[in-house]
Amino acid sequence: MSTITADSHAHAHGEHAHTGSFLSTYVFSRDHKVIGIQFLFSTLIWFFIGGLLALGVRWQLAYPWSDMPILGRLLFSAQGGQIAPETYTMLFTMHATVMIFLVIIPILAGAFGNFLIPLMIGADDMAFPTLNMLSYWFMWPAFLAFGTSFFIGTGPMSGWTSYPPLSLTIDAQKFWLVGLTCVGISSMMGSVNYLTTIIQMRAPGMTMFRLPMTIWAMFITAVLQAFALPVLTAAGFMQLADLTLGTGFFIPEGWSWNNTLHAAGGGQPLLWQHLFWFYSHPAVYIMILPAMGMVSDIIACFARKPLFGYKPMVYSIAGIAGLGFIVWGHHMFVSGMSPVLGMTFMVATMFIALPSAIKVFNWLGTIWGAKIQFTTPMLFALSFVSMFIIGGLSGIFMAATPVDIFIHDTYFIVAHFHYVLFAGTAMAVFGAIYFWFPKMFGRMMNEKWGKVHFFLTFIFLNGVFYPMHILGWVGFPRRLADPYHYETFRHLLPLNQFMTWCAIAMVCSQSIFAINFFYSIFFGPPAGRNPWHSNTLEWQAPSPPGHGNFDFQPVIYRGPYEYGSPEVDIDYYPQTMPPPQNRPVAAPAH
Amino acid sequence: MKHFWAVLFLLVPIFGVLAFVLAPYYNHSFPRDISENGRVIDQLFYFILYLTGILFVATEGALFYFMWKYNGRTNREPVKYSHGSHTLEVVWTILPAVTLLFIAIYQMNAWADAKMRKPDVPVTAEITGRQFNWDVRYPGPDGILHTQDDIILVDGEIHFPAGEEVLLSIKAADVLHSFFLPNIRMKQDVVPGMQQYMWFKCREQKAEVDIVCAELCGWGHYKMSGRATFEPRSEFNAWLAKKYAEQQAHRITQATAP
Repeated sequence: MSTITADSHAHAHGEHAHTGSFLSTYVFSRDHKVIGIQFLFSTLIWFFIGGLLALGVRWQLAYPWSDMPILGRLLFSAQGGQIAPETYTMLFTMHATVMIFLVIIPILAGAFGNFLIPLMIGADDMAFPTLNMLSYWFMWPAFLAFGTSFFIGTGPMSGWTSYPPLSLTIDAQKFWLVGLTCVGISSMMGSVNYLTTIIQMRAPGMTMFRLPMTIWAMFITAVLQAFALPVLTAAGFMQLADLTLGTGFFIPEGWSWNNTLHAAGGGQPLLWQHLFWFYSHPAVYIMILPAMGMVSDIIACFARKPLFGYKPMVYSIAGIAGLGFIVWGHHMFVSGMSPVLGMTFMVATMFIALPSAIKVFNWLGTIWGAKIQFTTPMLFALSFVSMFIIGGLSGIFMAATPVDIFIHDTYFIVAHFHYVLFAGTAMAVFGAIYFWFPKMFGRMMNEKWGKVHFFLTFIFLNGVFYPMHILGWVGFPRRLADPYHYETFRHLLPLNQFMTWCAIAMVCSQSIFAINFFYSIFFGPPAGRNPWHSNTLEWQAPSPPGHGNFDFQPVIYRGPYEYGSPEVDIDYYPQTMPPPQNRPVAAPAH
Repeated sequence: MKHFWAVLFLLVPIFGVLAFVLAPYYNHSFPRDISENGRVIDQLFYFILYLTGILFVATEGALFYFMWKYNGRTNREPVKYSHGSHTLEVVWTILPAVTLLFIAIYQMNAWADAKMRKPDVPVTAEITGRQFNWDVRYPGPDGILHTQDDIILVDGEIHFPAGEEVLLSIKAADVLHSFFLPNIRMKQDVVPGMQQYMWFKCREQKAEVDIVCAELCGWGHYKMSGRATFEPRSEFNAWLAKKYAEQQAHRITQATAP
């Protein structure tokens, strides 16, 4: 890690004579770019761990109770390589926990938010650099707490949703909740910082409606986080109190466990579900909106054409965020919540499909009449659109309450959120890494191997996740270690085996990405400032940007999507390039 | 091949539709429906499936077509320097909005039937989810629940009368569970401390189906299964009488044991 950033900081030292010890430059750095890259590396490592956990789940579903080759020895040596039902429960719990709290949320807001916000708005750093540093270092107690929880008893095993009363019977849940709280603190510090930075530190001429979609998405995501997170944190402390202090927020009257009557009681298990989803539904949008923003930027850049409907795109993100606060009940249609409320939540949920549809139409409008360059980032961005259509449309099934009665807690749901979160967000993140890698490390990634990586991931992800719709159609339930003892689901084993092999192939294809990534950091061809001929501000800064980001004072003349403008001879028109009438001197950099 | 990527993206709608068309031929679709209400839910599912299917093919088709036609390597036309279209935005906001509102309203009656319009019949049985079994309590000869003569069974073999409205009182003893009858298209989470009801009507005279726990309830969640047997009222009454007699005999042996 230090060698990578050494490269970027050699630059910084040269230009700004920035001095500081090794520790304060590379480890406890307050530079948003270093923090962003720290987030990126940490989350990629957890991405790998989360992927292995998923393979454990898939193995059990394909070959129940058989020894798992290679990984089994490593992970479950106590059972001789076999997955015990407790272990299986822990595996899917921690797969979701790791992917959501330690990968998707921090990689979007932490890695890309940190790296891109100051660069794209023309600021020299975040508004609160120390707070920013703390937001990264508060992830470490979370890493430790989640890491430790694996080894307490059989590990956390009440799902990533930690529904009481089951969660109250599991010791490891204490560590899990502490981890959750620390992730929350980190996110809160980040979001306060992003909001302040975007509102206060835009370069001259950078009006709100000249911000790139990435920044709009990060801004609205930060608003979502700032308003929804306190609820989860409070709820987390309440559950922690139930576990350790003997309170009874989520424990009903007269509830006993292990033949011991719980003294407090008087609480309501459903209360947790309401509080949890009040955060975690907006969190679903926290996990997709920044991806939508980055995809919009990538698509416009490689379509060589202005983004279609910039303002509708902004309003639809705001619409998703607003509606995102009043749809949490759709996770609870069959939970025992009042069915009258179910109807209200159904209508709200149906309507949240609307802004998503508008976004898809506008992306299609953007590539209409374009000159598409099929670069690796573009392929990932286009696949985001293609896959998000599937994930969006399958959402309508579960929004419809009567249909949800059947498909709730089946693989239909699993298919839906993997299409949104893996085929959507994770693919967008890959695209964003290929796209902004030159800015982060000053070198290009290999295009050919990038395309091979894209092709294999695209094929295999559909092989894993598309059949899940079919499983859900049969009613195949989630979270069962061995569903095949049910007569109804016995014949689904061969399909599950096919999916598992696709999953194994998909994880293996990621090694192409890993090799490309690390090789390119050191040996990729130098990128120059603006390898993609993009308009946005970060491409006018040196690659990688030094401390303080810009070697000139950026002044912004126009929006970020002026590709193919008739005003200039080149097919792009950087935001900083002065218009022809007041262009006596050449623009500083492009 | 110049259009390799466009063609790759065309595979998405082709295989996507094909999977849903072929799956029923391999028995990979809804399990056999034996209920009155289930038909309605299946029809709503297919209604949404066709609607989203059309949208899926249309949008993925457009994506493919644009990728093909506006490929930078083959498209010699200058790019269309357009920032959007107000008319189009209005059209593609209002049309989906109306459609979505229609879908939502169209679902409401089925939802009310399934979860809000509790039938006015006596409770057939009380089901209690506990780690990891479905216990059932039938009213005994006096026809009233929670009296001395109740019949309590804990072997996961649950019988219901067919062809008539069945009203269940459902509860949880320890943690959350979910009483799921795939063949009836009915599911309801059970929550400790909450009394809930569930109702359905089997339209077949004789059927034996799975009872699935659909809410994570601990390490043994996967094995929390049961079997539901539907039979005509007369056979059901006879079965109940037999179980009552067995229970009485068991009680007497217990009481007289040294």
